[in-house]
Amino acid sequence: MKNKALAAPYLVWMALFTIVPLAIVAYYAFTDAATGEFTFANIANLGNYMPILIKSIWLALISSLICIVIGYPVAYFIANCKETTQRFLYMLVMLPMCISFLLRTLAWVALTEDTGIINNFITALGLQPLPLIRNNGAVVLGMVYNYLPYMIMPLYTVIMKIDRRLIEAAQDLGCNGVNVFKRVILPLSVPGIISGFTMVFVPAVSTFYISQKLGSSGTTLIGDVIESQFKTAYNPNLGAALSLILMVMIFICIGVMNRFGDEEEEVVTL
Amino acid sequence: MSKELIRLVNCQMAFDDEIVLDDINLYFNDKEFLTLLGPSGCGKTTTLRIIGGFIKPTGGDVLFDGVRINDVPPHKRKVNTVFQKYALFPHLDVYENVAFGLRLAKLPEEEIDERVTEMLEIVSLKGFENRKVSQLSGGQQQRVAIARALVNRPKVLLLDEPLGALDLRLRKDMQNELKRIQQAMGITFIYVTHDQEEALSMSDTVVVMDKGRIQQIGTPEDIYNEPKNAFVADFIGESNILDGIMLEDRLVKFFGRKFKCVDFGFEKNEPVDVVIRPEDIDIVAPDDGHLCGTVTSVTFKGVHYDTIVDFKGFKWLIQTTDFYEVGSYIGIRLEPEDIHIMHKSEYSGMFGDYSSYSAEYDEMDDPDLYPEDAEESEEASEGGKDEE
Repeated sequence: MKNKALAAPYLVWMALFTIVPLAIVAYYAFTDAATGEFTFANIANLGNYMPILIKSIWLALISSLICIVIGYPVAYFIANCKETTQRFLYMLVMLPMCISFLLRTLAWVALTEDTGIINNFITALGLQPLPLIRNNGAVVLGMVYNYLPYMIMPLYTVIMKIDRRLIEAAQDLGCNGVNVFKRVILPLSVPGIISGFTMVFVPAVSTFYISQKLGSSGTTLIGDVIESQFKTAYNPNLGAALSLILMVMIFICIGVMNRFGDEEEEVVTL
Repeated sequence: MSKELIRLVNCQMAFDDEIVLDDINLYFNDKEFLTLLGPSGCGKTTTLRIIGGFIKPTGGDVLFDGVRINDVPPHKRKVNTVFQKYALFPHLDVYENVAFGLRLAKLPEEEIDERVTEMLEIVSLKGFENRKVSQLSGGQQQRVAIARALVNRPKVLLLDEPLGALDLRLRKDMQNELKRIQQAMGITFIYVTHDQEEALSMSDTVVVMDKGRIQQIGTPEDIYNEPKNAFVADFIGESNILDGIMLEDRLVKFFGRKFKCVDFGFEKNEPVDVVIRPEDIDIVAPDDGHLCGTVTSVTFKGVHYDTIVDFKGFKWLIQTTDFYEVGSYIGIRLEPEDIHIMHKSEYSGMFGDYSSYSAEYDEMDDPDLYPEDAEESEEASEGGKDEE
């Protein structure tokens, strides 16, 4: 009974700000904008936005993978440092998160614009300016830059907790450095990879600000569409429907990831 | 016995400025069960880790079959280790834990299966192949760790306090089991423990260590019956240690009385430590005794009574199956073979007085006291090494 009482504040919070809004979203998603009657029309509209949805997932996926490739070595390196160094490096990783997300994205705009810092420098050298902004690459860059710490954090935590004796045991049983990593460290860091992937993928797939600032009309993401339905097109019913679909898709992705994670363990086991 | 397999030559180990091993010279014979015995921080685990290749000695050489292997990494040594607290791979099941080394050796699947199955049978874990290691009890995990090491058919198995985390009953069973496995497989076991009883009952050779130095090497009988100094006498079993003077060969004087003994080869009138094991003392009527004293405390220990007797202010521990009340005045007789003479050493005067009886005696029976300490201190010192 005591434990339940401790959970009460959060349960109330959940109910007020998660369950109720979710119900409202669902209500809008399944009602007609004009008549307020039950309809599947909003959901059915998805067909029109399918390419954008797929593109959003695709770019988020690429960003997440790049985050793993960049983040894993960093996390591994930090986890193997002296404790004081670890704390310092970890703080460095977290540092950008202390600066506003919007500001950081705008900084990239200033850097990569056609008349931005980088291109000014290039033209000063007498070279042609590079198309650094308003393309998929810029959007992915923005995602990776903004969400990389979310990848490093769980990876670092998991790698740091790997018992050093397991590494010695692996060496003892005949593992050289590569095999220690392949057969012990990597399999044991799978939970970190999965949670890092989820923490990057979920915000990346639903972002709208990054694509608005660093992308172009060709890189409109599902987040942008949803935003515009509420803000400019004023069709909250369609916006709600797309949100709901996105949410379900994300749930499915996470589910698949976790299943993949379990199987990963199984594969190693067999 | 048989041929020499491993030799440590003037091995030194220092973490930062702290000397953990000081000039260790030691050899290990093929098919031998050798135990490194000592209190926490004595350097026994460090010695084991040097043999395993996890740390390099800061001085001296490690020879394997006569070849210097200081710089050979662990995975290239024909040595396997059973780690303290086992270090089983949590992401693998029992079968794959045991098969780990064989897979790395890229053996054919059939042979792997055959050897793993055979090994699981040896450690009585048949039917546990697909269990997760987290689902096993301490004793079972311990046996998986042994199987995982032995399945590679190493020439030498290193065991670092493998029974430290088990309860007393299970420890006794596993002691027998380990001895049986060692004899059946005919390989060298190098066993680290702080438990003197474990060391005596399992080993062919016991190496007693303290403060990074070897105090004594010998068979369990030698170590028990002929301890070299007060540390060994006190650490192995219980001992009353007294100041004495060796008058001549086979004649020693202590408590103002001359006693015949069986030791010789000492200088005339050399001050010595006299060891008298508590179980060797015969209690007699005061009139017949060589010495007389008053019983100050009696503790029932099951097989015997621990009887503390005050002789002129020096308290002795006597283990006897007869009960003598506190306050009774008794005599004791000492036969020549009950008396063991040792040269004076840095440990003289530090041990062997039972004035503070209970604390000292119980210390060694507490299985949890030492493994934790040992591990922490050794990990701490390794940490220092890694940072360099």
